[in-house]
Amino acid sequence: MLNVGKIEEGFVLDHIKAGKSLDIYEHLGLDKPDITVAIIKNARSPKMGKKDILKVECDINLLDLDVLAFIDHSITVNVIKNGKIVEKKILELPKQIKNVIKCHNPRCITSIEQELPHIFYLADAEKEVYRCKYCEEKYMEKAK
Amino acid sequence: MRHLMSPLDFTTKELDALFNLANDIEMHPDKYAHACEGKILATCFYEPSTRTRLSFESAMTRLGGRVIGFSDANSSSAAKGESVSDTIRVISCYADICAMRHPKEGAPMVAAERSGIPVINAGDGGHQHPTQTLTDLLTIRTLKGRLNNFTIGLCGDLKFGRTVHSLIHALSRYENINFVFISPEELRVPDYIIEMLKEKNIPFEEVVRLDEVLPTLDMLYMTRVQKERFFNEEDYIRLKDFYVLNTEKMQLAKEDMLVLHPLPRVNEISVEIDDDPRAAYFKQAQYGVYVRMALILTLLGLA
Repeated sequence: MLNVGKIEEGFVLDHIKAGKSLDIYEHLGLDKPDITVAIIKNARSPKMGKKDILKVECDINLLDLDVLAFIDHSITVNVIKNGKIVEKKILELPKQIKNVIKCHNPRCITSIEQELPHIFYLADAEKEVYRCKYCEEKYMEKAK
Repeated sequence: MRHLMSPLDFTTKELDALFNLANDIEMHPDKYAHACEGKILATCFYEPSTRTRLSFESAMTRLGGRVIGFSDANSSSAAKGESVSDTIRVISCYADICAMRHPKEGAPMVAAERSGIPVINAGDGGHQHPTQTLTDLLTIRTLKGRLNNFTIGLCGDLKFGRTVHSLIHALSRYENINFVFISPEELRVPDYIIEMLKEKNIPFEEVVRLDEVLPTLDMLYMTRVQKERFFNEEDYIRLKDFYVLNTEKMQLAKEDMLVLHPLPRVNEISVEIDDDPRAAYFKQAQYGVYVRMALILTLLGLA
């Protein structure tokens, strides 16, 4: 059994689908700030069989929960302060996400307009469908 | 400030007010001949579109206003690489309202976000063409007297035709509309529209041959079936005549069935039926001017 030490302040992202932790690491931009991150892959889970866990030691205001919810809203977010869990956050699909994903429609104005943000809105919460604000093209990769 | 990006931007109640105004303009054109005096419409057309642009220009001119603009991207600053955001900021200094057509989808929305004046989407790629839909609705409402309780056949290219998609969405807000989709297998209505109709429990059927369903229709919306949309020449030759409306087929139709078409027509409606009282496509072009007049007045707050 692998042992990863406690963190004093930061987040433990639990119940990540097995194999998805690196995607989340990338989307949250955890490679950029100078912080300690533990990526635990394929941990045993009674609920999920196998799961990934991310332990992030950082200022608790650093994490963009909207981005996380967009990637996978079933992830459990434990907020840690003074080495203890002080809060469990429930993630909800964000109504709108900005500059997280790009519109791949070559006919969309975002493909040519200078510095235009890529904004997607939640078109169908049940089916988790996001559409580009400008051309309304469906974001496909999330459905995979 | 209000813009028009999609035909669904207006509630059905707001559309009623708009259509009542358009009908009043039709009845009393003199009343509105100076309504926009001193106002300027900018027609920013990044791709050519003779009818839509002239319809807007005619609308503003008939309201006593003036028109400035460009009719293709090469004669505008876009050719020098200017962004839509910058162009609209400048146009806002020159005009009171803008109608924009752009090959890129969502461009008029970018303009609306940065604009100091109302922006009307005059067609953005394959995405939306709201004033065509408003034209279609006004034509139906005026000639049929209602926007509910009828069976409408949509015929031709139902896969790529944005006017068809917009019209289906717009009509799906009214009661007791029955859709009949008539197209070759390759050009069927996209799945997302079928899903929307199922979710709303709106009745529809899909058929390949026009003559089979003609007797049941209260209205027929024709579109062009283009040869290049087919996978092979054989299918095109086999199917093309199914989608041509001629005198023979018109004999199967109800006596008060309306024939609509967004124009330009190529050969899908034979010229021999142009004089048939049921042919409403040229009246539709006239209603296009009235609805744009009503829209300009409404967005300028002059209605």
